[in-house]
Amino acid sequence: MSARQTLVLRVNDTEHEVRAALHDTLLTVLRDQLQLTGAKRGCNHGVCGACTVLVDGRPVRACLTLAHTCRSAAITTIEGARGIADRLREAFEQAGAVQCGFCSSGMVLTASALLAARPAASVEEIRAGLSGNLCRCTGYRKIVDAVRAVAQGAER
Amino acid sequence: MSDQSLIGRSLPRVEIREKLTGRAQYIADLYRPGMLHGALVGSPHPHARIVSYDVRAARAAPGVRCVLTGEDFGDHRMGAFIKDEHAIAKGKVRYVGEPVVAIAAETEAQARAAALLVEVRYEELPAILAPEDALAPGAAIIHEELASYFKVFEAVCGGNVCSSTELAEGDLERGWRESDLVVEHEYRTAPQAHVSLEPCGALAEVDAAGRVTLWSANQSVFRVQASVCESLGLPMSRLRCLTPRVGAGFGNKMEAHIQPIVVKLALAAGRPVKLVLSREEDFEIVRARHPFKVRVKTGVKKDGTFVARDVEVLADGGAYADDSPGVLGYSLLMARGPYRIPHTRCRGTLVYTNKLRFGAFRGFGNPQVSFGTETQIDEIAARLGIDPVAIRRKNALGPDDRWFGGQQLGSNGLAECIEVAERESKWKDRAQLAAAPGKRRALGFACTAHISGLLGTGAIVRLLEDGSVVLNTGAVDIGQGSDTILTQICADALKIPLDRVSIASPDTDGSPYNWGTTASRVTYTTGRAVFAAAREVERQIKTHAAELLECAEADLELRPGGVVGIKGVPGKELPFLAISARAHWRKGGPIIGTNSWVFDQPTVDPKRAVAVGLPFPQIGVYSFGALCVDVEIDETTGQIEVRRAWTVADVGRAINRGSVEGQLEGAFAQGLGFALVEEMVWNGPRLANPTLMDYKVPTSREVPYELHSYIVESPDPDGPFGAKGVGEIGINVVAAAIANAVAAATGVRLRQLPMTPERVLRGMLAAGASG
Repeated sequence: MSARQTLVLRVNDTEHEVRAALHDTLLTVLRDQLQLTGAKRGCNHGVCGACTVLVDGRPVRACLTLAHTCRSAAITTIEGARGIADRLREAFEQAGAVQCGFCSSGMVLTASALLAARPAASVEEIRAGLSGNLCRCTGYRKIVDAVRAVAQGAER
Repeated sequence: MSDQSLIGRSLPRVEIREKLTGRAQYIADLYRPGMLHGALVGSPHPHARIVSYDVRAARAAPGVRCVLTGEDFGDHRMGAFIKDEHAIAKGKVRYVGEPVVAIAAETEAQARAAALLVEVRYEELPAILAPEDALAPGAAIIHEELASYFKVFEAVCGGNVCSSTELAEGDLERGWRESDLVVEHEYRTAPQAHVSLEPCGALAEVDAAGRVTLWSANQSVFRVQASVCESLGLPMSRLRCLTPRVGAGFGNKMEAHIQPIVVKLALAAGRPVKLVLSREEDFEIVRARHPFKVRVKTGVKKDGTFVARDVEVLADGGAYADDSPGVLGYSLLMARGPYRIPHTRCRGTLVYTNKLRFGAFRGFGNPQVSFGTETQIDEIAARLGIDPVAIRRKNALGPDDRWFGGQQLGSNGLAECIEVAERESKWKDRAQLAAAPGKRRALGFACTAHISGLLGTGAIVRLLEDGSVVLNTGAVDIGQGSDTILTQICADALKIPLDRVSIASPDTDGSPYNWGTTASRVTYTTGRAVFAAAREVERQIKTHAAELLECAEADLELRPGGVVGIKGVPGKELPFLAISARAHWRKGGPIIGTNSWVFDQPTVDPKRAVAVGLPFPQIGVYSFGALCVDVEIDETTGQIEVRRAWTVADVGRAINRGSVEGQLEGAFAQGLGFALVEEMVWNGPRLANPTLMDYKVPTSREVPYELHSYIVESPDPDGPFGAKGVGEIGINVVAAAIANAVAAATGVRLRQLPMTPERVLRGMLAAGASG
């Protein structure tokens, strides 16, 4: 195991000094050192999307991202996501788009990046955009409706 | 009244904000001071005797604080129906991956690294990987001591047969004589993984008095308590079980997973220990849905009247019994479907094999048998030239009919379910559905029923000094929404705002017993207990108010907002605060309403039916459902796309409409996976696809956006506000309805799941149906 090195991560607009080995993932550093446990370890293979965080505004799989590669980046986790994410939270609540909640952090962050790029995304664009985030509880329809509701708000 | 009622509204989840801000804490998010991390060593063999362990290198590895083998565990066994399972392998291993050694170290990486240093010597035994091989003469015996195991029912077992069950009504031979047409086929379903997005995990801590506190991902703190204590030989009073938020269950977290091992590690290490499974481990060592072989034979009259049914199930139980005897018995109870078939016999055999244990999974055997029975009805309808919906309606159980076995139906909305699905799907206009070029398209239909079950439940409603309320039920909300629904029931019964009631987190020390979040039971059973406990609080409030307002209790009413007053006299009223303060400090004692009950209606009426080896005497009341799907098949690839679906359920009364829809839609998506893509594949003795890379579950692209759910309300006389369960019913006939649509579109009748493009294409090529 390689030795830990100090590194500064900018997470949710705050700089944190952490100790991470070269092979440590962003997910373990966020969860174990910064106690930001909103990002979840669902598969550790980059498939389920529950660990999604934003790096410079782009959704990434924190379980596949090495912490040291994020040195100069702006990292946003569910705990610090605002703006579109707040509108999505409201919409998820209204639509009943949350059941167990384990996918919800990743869903909200992926959807917020999608809407940042495509503010008036269509249902088909949303279905495609969320297809890398698994949900085993809802059947997705209410999640798509929630994201679509925010997109429709942007259309007006 | 009705505009203020909390019942029937789509209120947001009481815990929704914590889940949307990342603050909700699941098992992996819990930390304790001085906490160690656990890791497991799994068996490389499907069936072997353990000869010896060498754990010296692991014990000496950096950070390691504790290494336990089977020799460190006493000879105690657990099991919901048959006590056949140690907390960790002891003497023998019975499937690949079965935990044989457990390690606790300062970090997860150190624990996992030390696991690689463990050496276990085995003496390999012949492996049994298929149910037929388990039954073959001279087969190796997986549980030599089966006869001596403690069983909670009169199990019919022996050799590698874990349990066999038969349920029969009427006279089968007479049924065949009276039938004009008899259809018989065999159907096969695939093993399905639950894939709760949260893997299983546990965290145990021993206090100064030697008492253990255990947090875990679970569906019942009380089943965890019972399983851990019987597998470790601990008195139940020495273990307190708690639950964080749970990232879904679907049956996977009902019985024990690694909780017994984690408790033992914490006791041995003298420090808190947490162990969260990797996704691969979660696939390999917890449990999954049984693969079934189902032979279904149905006899009918020319006019479509069902006369006789014979069903034979062969179920692979895997290495340990777990909930399997219950699943087998329940699948047989469901194999007549929601229909009148006077002469029916259903028999099943559950065998041990050297694979992962199979167990409870949403539907509990119903999806497996329904794939056979509900597709056979379409085959019969086609042979007789009768509309598939019409033949179902003709034979549907009515309100005065009884379920297979003889249980009376308190409510039955099946006819309305069929009507809604038929109308909303425009079933009668289905000939006009247009397929895209190169595609075939058709609708498919199926009906179902499911119980809202069973066993013991309680509720405690406490009126605090300030007039607010704490509700405590012990029911674990695994994401389906019971915390919200039970809060709604409590608040509505006391006519107080939702935010005046807080729901306590399940705790075996302080909560009343609750068998578990399983069998679609919490709304029906726990909801009923909450309602009754709230009524008891109301009664005590009125006793105080009658003394204070100098009137008869019968003249009092609860008014919205937490007030009790004299009927018809607007000014004469008291807030709950005044009542509760009096009770706490001056007279009567703190106001606490309690209720507990156990479901006690017998499943089998011995005057009507014969049952042998049925593991449950009382199972629950019945919900009903109907489903229609619009399916398109690619003629070139065989790919099936479900474009639209209409799922309908009679839930008695919807307490929270949005949550009912959520259950129906989520169950549909899981059924879609079962129907089309999901299959755990064993390569010899080893699970070949224990990752989400290789085991696919439906995404937002595969589940149709046009997924319409409809609620039928045929109130149950005993349910809270008439409510029945809805957790499972939506999954039961998804595969059958899709298969029926595929047959209608292509003429290809698929009798094996999953319905992969390859199987569809082979069927079309064989039938000469491909374009």
